[in-house]
Amino acid sequence: MPVSLLWAVDVYGRVYSLSTAGQHWEQCHIAQTEFKRLTAAQQCCWGIACDNNIYLNLHASDLPVRYQEETYENQRWNPVDGFSEHLLPSDRWQWSDVTGLQHQPLGSFQLPSVWWEWEGNWYVDENFEGEPTEKGGWTYAMDFPATYTKDKKWNSCVRRRRWLRYRRYQAMDTWAKSSLPDPFSDISCGGWEISEEPRGQLSLWAVSLQGKVWFREGICHHNPEGSAWEEVPLPGEVVQISCGPGDLVWAVLWEGQLIVREGISRHCPRGISWAVVDSPSPEVGAIHVAVGVDVVWAVTKDNKVWFRRGVNSHNPCGSGWINMVGEMIMVNVGLNDQVWGISCQDRAVYFRQGVTSSELSGKTWKVISVPRDGDRSHSRTSSDSQQSAGCFFSGEVRAQSAVSDVESDAEGGTADGASCLLTSAPASFVEAPIVCTSDQPTDAPKPRIPKVTSDSFISELISDREPAKSSRDAGSAAPVVLEEETVPREGEFKAPCAGPALSPNQWSNVGLEEAQSQQVQPGGAPDSADTCSLSSVAAYTLAMDDLYGVDEHPVWAWVSGGGCSVDSHSQLTWFNSLIQSVQSMSLSVTPAQTAAWRRQIFEQLSERTKREMDNFRHYEQAIEQSVWVKKGTMQWWRDWKPHKWVDVHFALEQFSGPDGNKDGILFIYYNFYEEKKYLHAFINEVTILVPVLNDSKHTFAIYTPERTKQRWPIRVAAATELEMHDWLALLSMSCCDSRGIQGPPSKQAIWSITCKGDIFVSEPSPHLEALPYPTPCDQMFWRQVGGHLRIVECSSIGIVWGIGYDYTAWVYTGGYGGGFFQGMASSTDLIYTQTDVKSVYIYENQRWNPVTGYTSRGLPTDRYMWSDASGLHERTKTSTKAFSPQWTWVSEWAIDYSVSGGTDREGWQYAADFPASYHGYKTMKDFVRRRRWARKCKLTTTGPWQELPPIPLSDVTILPCADQNSVDMVPLWAISNKGDVLCRLGVTALTPGGSSWLHVGTDQPFKSISIGAASQVWAIAKDGSAFYRGSVSPKSPAGDFWSHIPSPAKQKLKQVSVGRTSVYTVDENGNLWYRQGVTPSYPQGSSWEHISNNVRKVSVGPLDQVWIIADKVQGSHSLSCGTVCHRLGVQPMEPKGQSWDYGIGGGWDHITVRGNSMEPPRICLPSLIEPSFSWSPLPVRTTEANGSAVGC
Amino acid sequence: MADDKDVLRDVWFGRIPTCFTLNQDEVTEREAEPYYLLLPRVSYLTLVTDKVKKHFLKLMKTEDVEEMWFEYEGTPLKWHYPIGVLFDLHASNTVLPWTITVHFKNFPDLDLLHCPSNSVIEAHFMSSIKEADALKHKSQVINDMQKKDHKQLWMGLQNDKFDQFWAINRKLMEYSTEEGGFRYIPFRIYQTMSDRPFIQKQFRPVSPEGNAHTLSDLLKEMYPAAIPNEGEQKRYQVVIHGIEPLLETPLQWLSEHLSHPDNFLHICIIPVPSD
Repeated sequence: MPVSLLWAVDVYGRVYSLSTAGQHWEQCHIAQTEFKRLTAAQQCCWGIACDNNIYLNLHASDLPVRYQEETYENQRWNPVDGFSEHLLPSDRWQWSDVTGLQHQPLGSFQLPSVWWEWEGNWYVDENFEGEPTEKGGWTYAMDFPATYTKDKKWNSCVRRRRWLRYRRYQAMDTWAKSSLPDPFSDISCGGWEISEEPRGQLSLWAVSLQGKVWFREGICHHNPEGSAWEEVPLPGEVVQISCGPGDLVWAVLWEGQLIVREGISRHCPRGISWAVVDSPSPEVGAIHVAVGVDVVWAVTKDNKVWFRRGVNSHNPCGSGWINMVGEMIMVNVGLNDQVWGISCQDRAVYFRQGVTSSELSGKTWKVISVPRDGDRSHSRTSSDSQQSAGCFFSGEVRAQSAVSDVESDAEGGTADGASCLLTSAPASFVEAPIVCTSDQPTDAPKPRIPKVTSDSFISELISDREPAKSSRDAGSAAPVVLEEETVPREGEFKAPCAGPALSPNQWSNVGLEEAQSQQVQPGGAPDSADTCSLSSVAAYTLAMDDLYGVDEHPVWAWVSGGGCSVDSHSQLTWFNSLIQSVQSMSLSVTPAQTAAWRRQIFEQLSERTKREMDNFRHYEQAIEQSVWVKKGTMQWWRDWKPHKWVDVHFALEQFSGPDGNKDGILFIYYNFYEEKKYLHAFINEVTILVPVLNDSKHTFAIYTPERTKQRWPIRVAAATELEMHDWLALLSMSCCDSRGIQGPPSKQAIWSITCKGDIFVSEPSPHLEALPYPTPCDQMFWRQVGGHLRIVECSSIGIVWGIGYDYTAWVYTGGYGGGFFQGMASSTDLIYTQTDVKSVYIYENQRWNPVTGYTSRGLPTDRYMWSDASGLHERTKTSTKAFSPQWTWVSEWAIDYSVSGGTDREGWQYAADFPASYHGYKTMKDFVRRRRWARKCKLTTTGPWQELPPIPLSDVTILPCADQNSVDMVPLWAISNKGDVLCRLGVTALTPGGSSWLHVGTDQPFKSISIGAASQVWAIAKDGSAFYRGSVSPKSPAGDFWSHIPSPAKQKLKQVSVGRTSVYTVDENGNLWYRQGVTPSYPQGSSWEHISNNVRKVSVGPLDQVWIIADKVQGSHSLSCGTVCHRLGVQPMEPKGQSWDYGIGGGWDHITVRGNSMEPPRICLPSLIEPSFSWSPLPVRTTEANGSAVGC
Repeated sequence: MADDKDVLRDVWFGRIPTCFTLNQDEVTEREAEPYYLLLPRVSYLTLVTDKVKKHFLKLMKTEDVEEMWFEYEGTPLKWHYPIGVLFDLHASNTVLPWTITVHFKNFPDLDLLHCPSNSVIEAHFMSSIKEADALKHKSQVINDMQKKDHKQLWMGLQNDKFDQFWAINRKLMEYSTEEGGFRYIPFRIYQTMSDRPFIQKQFRPVSPEGNAHTLSDLLKEMYPAAIPNEGEQKRYQVVIHGIEPLLETPLQWLSEHLSHPDNFLHICIIPVPSD
């Protein structure tokens, strides 16, 4: 779990945040002003300050917020001037947008707000559809508008080129004010889960002081401020609004009902209409609502908390209210539908414990009892600052309460925050009369001057409601309330006035102002004493010191968990100090690897071994190692036709080998025509155990070199998942024992990942890259490492990074095991929880008929109307299951618009017939259409991986052969999921996670990157062209320019890998290309040479060894896709190698050999000694090509 | 960096080279050759000496043979103490191999328990584990285990199967992080100079203030003499598995890593050799 923040505002308007890993509230010192409310998302936090303005605090990230402005320069040819800016009158403007319809001279581009700055000046884009253009970036056509080419032809009459300029948002980690159409009183952001867009798209809803609702248009990653406020029509006047991460938006009306926004969708984040939901309690109206993805919580005016049943996307209104225990003044729903509230008892922040997807209402409220920073150590200063804050407020209350309120009225509702804060509960006896008078001068519209008390929005509502309902009422009711604790009918008045004044538990927060006002204006005290109950006044004075001295506890006004990522598994350290102390103790015990006592034990044990055993090895062992057998029943996928699952007995016999090594034999006993037979495999021949979890069977595959050649493993299925994991753990340990492998993988290890996301690691033998007889790669032994990844990359000094399917970056911790490896097969620490999120896809297929258009009634020969991608298997929304029982659904089915080929607005893709190539628009010839539905599911497992928030990555590369020196920085590059190129700083063998990202500007998104020896950085852009990064060196780790390298003819490149000197790429059609002519003076090389086809991925190692994932590898029994292959015959003088050796597979997705820098032992075969230079330790070509590369 | 798992392995695979000689008084057909064996520190004498018995019985008449027992320099060796404890207590700081005298006569009924079969050892071993878990988890873990898990613990010890044993035993070593350790630490303190067989009391791994107790805290309470006063010569060695851990070693860690298979932390307090 990455660290994230819970935000809160205390009654003095100070902003605090609490980290999920932290144990104290940290004050946000950059807040220049006091805040009333906050709404947080993971990347930013919006706040309403006391001046009723909105401020945006965008959290700093290593990824800049940057926007590319573009405009086109158009020219026409004429016989006199050649190409010139003299266009025909009917032509487009000389400077225009891409369509030519918009006039866009360079000077017309303005920065959207003061928070932006230009990154540089305008420049010409030299890249055209992945190809470098000739000088000047011009593209030619016969006429506007037309198809442009980069080549000038005889009939090219017009040309144009693209100009680019970047602007950058620079107000990170500060509160940047935005302009408002109206003073605001409430704000709520959410909606980031509506679309699949990269994170950053937000819906921001706000309520103005006048009760109107506004929606902020156009907030997205590169426009964090949004572009415009749009008013949303309402059925009534709103006091508060809440927007969930998905499509839920609820608001509370003045009258106490709730309204629900309907019709919110990807295309219409504002929604269409409102539906009204009654208040949970018929007598008492709602005053607060908070929504999450699938939950709605509300608070009524009597501070009761309610949970709405049956809320989901399809039924945003839900079905009924449930009264929950606890009294709150507000609640807030954050990520994962977790809930926080501020209790009306003690104004502390509470966390709802036990909220899970199956039990959304949670179990209990638990108080968050952590100190604020400085509470203990600086109690003096903090109480000072509070005093001054209090003085500020209360001073104004007394001095100008009457005046200021009237004034602010006259200003048309721009109520000043300070004065708002003042009219707090104890002062409410003053408030009522003022309100009465202030109400009269302005008549229409009804002024809604908020009498916001500093500590409670409730009083704000009420005090505002008073004049709205009846000013006379208010005038008389308020004093009544002060005298009488129980006012039968006017429940709503009770909250602000009676609550604070009379409840012994509540006066504390109000007390400050009371107390302060006594100090500031001693004359005021008797007044308040008169009106307030005597007892409470006595309490104020007596308790004053205690309250704001040592025992003072924070008094909160608002909390927002929208950016706080916790779930039911999170280990929070917020709750009580006892646990903290225990944890800190256990921390000091477990990871203190260096503690003297531990070292002492290690040393003495090894001394003891020397003393008591080393000289007596020849003695007989007292206990003879006997055979140990584990038996079970399984199902086995029969080797012969017809293939089917048959019941078998399964047994593992383990024994000690003659040399003391443990070994074993695996037996599968089956019946063949009533005859008992068995199949066996020697444990020391098993090369890999691959779990093949699917929804119907708990199966795993056992490979030996022979079985790998056949592409036909032994497939067995256990009855339960647990049983399968038991067997896998046992067999895996037995295999490791027989090969003498234990502990974490070495730095040289080869890592690979299957299409299921399972991670495997293999220890390379020294002969793996030997010539001429390398270890055949079907003999490599792979063991599993816990976790779930899509990509893994390593380097020869043991730095390993992974990327999950949800683009999360993970750094290898140096441990082993995790997942189903428990106990002895797993390292003690260094194992962490790992999660991954992946989508399950199904297709909705329709056929057109002349009568009804597209319907779900296909031809009898058609595929299922709900199917998988192939159309061969039926997949309905209800019957489709997650990948395996370990995966749980975390979303509903939603249309997937991100399908290659594009879709229309409803997600449909059209084609002439099934199966065909689909396009995103309908033509006359299309008779079928399909659309893809996606549903996310989540895996929670464990492994030796630690999350590296916050930037999601799509690719990563580490210099394969860095210095062994542990303090040297290791170059590491990555690509974010949005295509930004990033360079990681501070990565060393000791700090594999590094410290920060350095953003490297590009003109288009990138998708693959690789760094080889001598700082050669190659990358592939989204358009399929390659780029070489120039001038990268240890001094300038990010380099300074991109040089564009055309892709092989008509091919779009997909992936690149750079070794010592070799550069290999794979294109989208599965071709593997080698870059010819790479030299130190011309590192870009000269041309692409085709090496192989059916290649999915390539990894080039520090020895220039080439490994790929290949498709369509024919074995003796079957064909496999996704097979690990090793290039044979790669030599310094022959870097392209000769042929492929086939290893484990299919079903493999990724491999990295970039850690294996083990030079093979040189075998001196007489015939090979002759060309001695190619066998020299510093191969000639390398020394010539890359002087510094040799060191690796 | 070595892992804590390696400590478990080292503890399990600790071996004491031993030379078994037949008692002079036994009647043999010809002179008995001594028998050399590597004894597992964590096992029990009678469990691992079948070979010894067979070796000597070849030379003896069945009528001369009673129950086998062992003696070291005049001290009968209690089979129900782990071998490592017997060695540390009686023979540490001596020259290896450890020379044990084998007797087939005059069983010292007052000093030793009879051990007619392995099932007696099993019963003793299992009752120790149960007692330890009662201290650690109020017996909750051991009671939640199935019969076959209990069997696996015993078979693991009997057949010297580290993995087999620890696959189950790790459950006995678990505790909730909130508690910060076991309820009580199962330990036994042995000394040569006393009539009491050993000291065993209830002792918590964490002090009421929340600090982790160390080996020193335990000894202060149980055997203060073992801790040298300031400026004083060390008089006693505190030996666990043949090593002397530092006194500041946390007790919970010791219990998790240096306990014998019976789940007790066996601590030997022996006088510092006078040489």
